[in-house]
Amino acid sequence: MAGGRERVLRRRIGSVQNTKKITRAMELIAATRVVKAQQRARMAKPYAEQITSVIENLAAGGAEVDHPLLRQAEKVERVGVIVISSDRGLAGPYNSSVIKAAERQVQNARSEGADYSLIVIGKKARDYFAFRNYAIDSYTDGISDNPSYEDARRIAEEVAALFTDGRIDRVELVYTEFLSLGSQKVATRRFLPLESTESIAAEGDAGVSGAFEFEPSPEGVLEALLPRYVEARLFGALLESAASEHANRQRAMKAATDNAEELITKLSREMNQARQDAITTEIMEIVGGAEALGSDDDSEEPAPVGAEY
Amino acid sequence: MSFQVELVSPEAITYQGEAEMVIARTVGGGDIAFQPGHVPFIGVLAVWSVDVIRPEGGRDTFAVHRGFVQVAGTKISILSDVSESAGDIDVERARVAKADAESALSADKDDEAAAADLARADIRLAVAGAEG
Repeated sequence: MAGGRERVLRRRIGSVQNTKKITRAMELIAATRVVKAQQRARMAKPYAEQITSVIENLAAGGAEVDHPLLRQAEKVERVGVIVISSDRGLAGPYNSSVIKAAERQVQNARSEGADYSLIVIGKKARDYFAFRNYAIDSYTDGISDNPSYEDARRIAEEVAALFTDGRIDRVELVYTEFLSLGSQKVATRRFLPLESTESIAAEGDAGVSGAFEFEPSPEGVLEALLPRYVEARLFGALLESAASEHANRQRAMKAATDNAEELITKLSREMNQARQDAITTEIMEIVGGAEALGSDDDSEEPAPVGAEY
Repeated sequence: MSFQVELVSPEAITYQGEAEMVIARTVGGGDIAFQPGHVPFIGVLAVWSVDVIRPEGGRDTFAVHRGFVQVAGTKISILSDVSESAGDIDVERARVAKADAESALSADKDDEAAAADLARADIRLAVAGAEG
């Protein structure tokens, strides 16, 4: 019955429909995850803000110490680049843009005549850099879509140890900032050495309230505080990246679903036309056949339209 | 008169409430109690408990393994990435940890990690109100 063309089209529509179901499901999942990730990022804010406010108060109290995390190297011989990507793809330009920004940092380091050290989070960045024969010094996966503070602490400690040992002299953090549901932006931030306490303080906006008493001493507090500050910053970046990943995936999957719908409409139209063509051809054949037969029996059985009724 | 207490972990604010007095232990400073009107204060907390005494009586106790306390005006914030309330503590696990740490210490008296583990297990058990 149906023409070959119609059958082919019907099969394609079926497969596009299946794809659409998958992308739709992924879109919905990403939509719920982005809300959760956003909430987590929001809940993590108070800690980061309070740590910053303590540093502000310390700066106002005039504490300035020679902490290893504040060490400014005279000559930068090795630059660490922390790149936060995701483990899974289908997230639109999310991974490629963050990876490109990280690669640029590596090239910057090289053009300064410095070596580089890649600290990679997420499978996607690892695959990219490993394929291009970059040396990867540290790699973590399985945390990027739902990072815990424990993960952030482990990585921050590792990086801080490399830095305080003098094996790397500067660390750049490349991640994706979550500005809003509709807008995320790749950001590159100086991770280490930390700026002086004054400039950290200048970033915050909490009012400094009077003279504080410190125990054991301003320097002692600062010493205990700076590693926590580093961890909290990395944790914040991980959370924002996770929220960005889900937002990007939601957008990409929405576009894919829309495209699938469009494709289905187009293919259905084509299929209907093919079916119509097949039917027309068939009718033509029948009519043609009948006419061919009829022309033989014309004299015996004349059947003019409406003659008998 | 009372003040606001917040226990802030990196992932969320884990406790929020009013208090009449807060007792903590700082590194090098020993126990310190805060009452409303205390001078602005920032301290590094020792591995110890933090007691929040509520205005209507009763107290909440937390095991805080490291962190900071900041007192400013009528607000007191305890920042810690590892703090547990009595209800959250797994007594069995703390007992096991304590036994492990003790055996490690008896093998090597200078094992700092084991000593720190022991201190943490002890304070967990004390806060949970269980005997070691």
